[in-house]
Amino acid sequence: MRSLNEAAPANEEKHPIPQIDLLRFLTCGSVDDGKSTLIGRLLLETGAVYEDQLAALAQDSIRLGTAGKAIDPALLMDGLEDERQQGITIDVAYRYFQTDRRKFISADSPGHEQYTRNMATAASTSQLAIILVDARKGLLSQTRRHSYIASLLGIRHLVLAVNKMDLVDYSQTIFEQICTEYREFVRQLNAPAVRCLPISGLQGDNVTTLSDRMPWFQEQPLLELLEMVEVDSDASHSAFRFPVQRVSRPHAEFRGYCGTVAAGSITIGDPVLVLPGGQTSRVQSIVSFDGDLPSVSAGAAVALTLEDEIDIARGDMLVDPEQPAHFAKEFEANIVWMSPQPLIPQKSYWLKHSTRRTTGEVHSLIYRTDVNTLNRVEVPSLALNETGRCRMRTHAPLAFDPYTVNRQTGSFILVDRVTHETIAAGMIVEPETNQESSSQWGIELQSPKLQFTPSRITSGQRVARFGRPACTLLLTGLSGSGKTTIAFALEERLFALGTAVTVLDGQNLRHGISRELGFSAAERSENLRRAAEIAALFNNSGIVCIAALAAPDESTRKQAQKVIGKERVLHVHLDAPLEVCRQRDLSGRYLAADRGDIRDFPGVTANYESPTDADLVLPTHEWSVEQCVAAIEKRLVSYWNNAGQGTNGTE
Amino acid sequence: MIPSTSTNVDHLTMTHLNALEAESIYIFREVAESFENPVLLYSMGKDSGVMLHLARKAFFPEKPPFPLLHVDSTWEFREVIEFREKYARQQLGLEVLVHINQEGVEAGVNPFDYSSRIYTDIMRTQPLKQALTQHRFDAAIGGGRRDEERSRAKERVFSFRDNNHRWEPKNQRPELWELYNTWVHRGESIRVFPLSNWTEFDIWQYILQENIPLAPLYLAQSRPMVKRSGDWIMVDDDRMRLELGEQPVMKQVRFRTLGCYPVTGALESQAGSVAEIIDELVHSSASERQGRAIDRDEEAAMERKKREGYF
Repeated sequence: MRSLNEAAPANEEKHPIPQIDLLRFLTCGSVDDGKSTLIGRLLLETGAVYEDQLAALAQDSIRLGTAGKAIDPALLMDGLEDERQQGITIDVAYRYFQTDRRKFISADSPGHEQYTRNMATAASTSQLAIILVDARKGLLSQTRRHSYIASLLGIRHLVLAVNKMDLVDYSQTIFEQICTEYREFVRQLNAPAVRCLPISGLQGDNVTTLSDRMPWFQEQPLLELLEMVEVDSDASHSAFRFPVQRVSRPHAEFRGYCGTVAAGSITIGDPVLVLPGGQTSRVQSIVSFDGDLPSVSAGAAVALTLEDEIDIARGDMLVDPEQPAHFAKEFEANIVWMSPQPLIPQKSYWLKHSTRRTTGEVHSLIYRTDVNTLNRVEVPSLALNETGRCRMRTHAPLAFDPYTVNRQTGSFILVDRVTHETIAAGMIVEPETNQESSSQWGIELQSPKLQFTPSRITSGQRVARFGRPACTLLLTGLSGSGKTTIAFALEERLFALGTAVTVLDGQNLRHGISRELGFSAAERSENLRRAAEIAALFNNSGIVCIAALAAPDESTRKQAQKVIGKERVLHVHLDAPLEVCRQRDLSGRYLAADRGDIRDFPGVTANYESPTDADLVLPTHEWSVEQCVAAIEKRLVSYWNNAGQGTNGTE
Repeated sequence: MIPSTSTNVDHLTMTHLNALEAESIYIFREVAESFENPVLLYSMGKDSGVMLHLARKAFFPEKPPFPLLHVDSTWEFREVIEFREKYARQQLGLEVLVHINQEGVEAGVNPFDYSSRIYTDIMRTQPLKQALTQHRFDAAIGGGRRDEERSRAKERVFSFRDNNHRWEPKNQRPELWELYNTWVHRGESIRVFPLSNWTEFDIWQYILQENIPLAPLYLAQSRPMVKRSGDWIMVDDDRMRLELGEQPVMKQVRFRTLGCYPVTGALESQAGSVAEIIDELVHSSASERQGRAIDRDEEAAMERKKREGYF
């Protein structure tokens, strides 16, 4: 394949390729604070501008510049016609320069508030942010906004460059005032490393060399700081993650999974777990154009083959079985809204996460962050350039890590299904343990040595004592549909008939066994799971249980029935229209949900999946409580008659 | 101008060339998986050479799962066409589509009688759009780099084009992380630039490291040249119109970019190998676009051409 080298003579003597690394950073800050000038200055002083470009710059400077007849480095940056005519930066410009120590990719991002999304875009691929302030103006809301967004996008190194020091007589006092104020602000952000530098981009003070005009500043000049800052990501030391980008099957003997290692490293023979499939296998080979490799780590683009034939597709993820990724359809995320159309909760958008495309929705908005004060504000929606915390729900489950752990497996974008605009950037936050509903239902025993000891009293003996087989009456329905009222009226009636009976009320549980749970879908699910376990205990003890819970989610109801034992659950759906439930609501919960004080409220800010297979459906808006109780009693008696004497077989 | 290459920092992190290579491979794979009908624009230049090499790496052990497209202005260097045939077609066995604007040929459009603006439009931009439309390509991979020119510095890696192949610089899709938005409606397309973050210097270093085959025009050789408007222009075939007083002289020259031969300036050089080119580059003071007449014909020339569909 290299035979053409006779046309292009081979490079005989091996020329050393410099082993240098790459730093990506962005410059941000307010309008006219000198971002473009600073980058232009760095380009000029590192020799990244050629003579013909310099000549063009000199001409442009006279015509368009703001520096009199002197060279205006900013004109190297703004490349679009509109930008040059208006003298502002609209879109991110990527520029490149190099020193002996490092190669730099700089993203010069716009200062105007209406282009905040472009700033977030630049931040998403950067490891460091230079935040400029004009020494004459001090901190502005854009300084705070950009610092916040930089930290939100996971940038751990913030450099505050106090620019235009030449215009404040190189005053140490002014510089230190600004620094103190900034450090105070930044303490609230998740950005540990902050440095402050006094510079002049236009004059070149403290940019590549320390300035004589500020002898009081003895730290590193900006360029040296950029060269030396340690940004070695810990991605290669964390758990293995390999999003499958492409399945390669050139012939029957080869099945390779192409992708880039997103975290950790892998060696031939290492075990891998496939998400979502759940299968495990071992790495058979690591294939590359330059030959098979024994092991690779984060950042390497390769193809893996596995020892076993497993069905794996693009969008799946291979992970370390010892430290698997989170895996869920629901999670919380910080989002930056990027569309002029406001966010609509519950609306379905395209979602791209890693190499997976699915659909997803902002299930509910938890709060918006006021970027000036960092306060959390409860709002129904987000507008262009606003950021907030939301609860996401996706069509297919995602294998993810929190964004703070891994940018690649913790980020996603939302795309409008009609216009195809990118409308939001999302960063997944660490799931809280009490919100992992799916894993709570299917959770493994904490220790395999635990034993289960059955009671020596049989169900037959219990039926003989209580007269009837025990069962659970599961009353479900919207808030205000009458669950609690009917549950306690029914209890009274059955008790009067001599039945051993008790009520498990969803609200009451929250006074005790579920007191730490909130009202998110996941937490409602957990409340139902606990109720189901308790109902099963009551039933096993021979006691009839009336469980009254909203249980808005079909799959969760099914799991609850499984816990209790499907054959001993009678599911009664209290079916009243939402409007009626609202009118009946005396406790103000619907109004609180409307205001956003209660989130994930079924029927308001969360879905309510009406059951299709209930044993009994009661129109509680048309029937009296007595009629409802009578109907349930009738159904229960019929159940008892069918169940026979003591043969429900559920011990 | 670019610092010496003698440093040898022992770093645990990936070297910048490895990082750029991995990023480009990721992009190639995303294109192949996200589009129905992608194409690789292949001009046989050095950037094309690097792209093709990266594409082969991305899909190994398969061949790149898309054809190459050469938009032939009919004024290419002969050596470049020869390279296309011998290397891409015969040696690698790849499918190479060639598209020429026949209307332009019949109208006799040439780089001598027509301004560069009109010539480039008719013999490069229009045939590119014709070919993309004719084959219904929904993604066209090109070798544009952000360090080439100011308007390119603003271009996305996945750059959306409407159904008239137009670029709207003020209304580009935000491009976050490596989560490229690849959704298009029928007739719309995406131009993809896997070399966005590479510089000319990176390209040469990578060619050296990977020993990538190139058309010999990049290396210094004695060639028949004339000096025209300050540029050394090669007399590649007998279609070259000599102006009054012009007499071809043999000059030791090489090319930094390869365009249409009558409008591509060469530089005097002794660099006969890639390593020597890199040495020369380190001490060079002119940008690679210096020899490109088409960038200079007006303010924001490239941006306007790109808006109209040029690469």
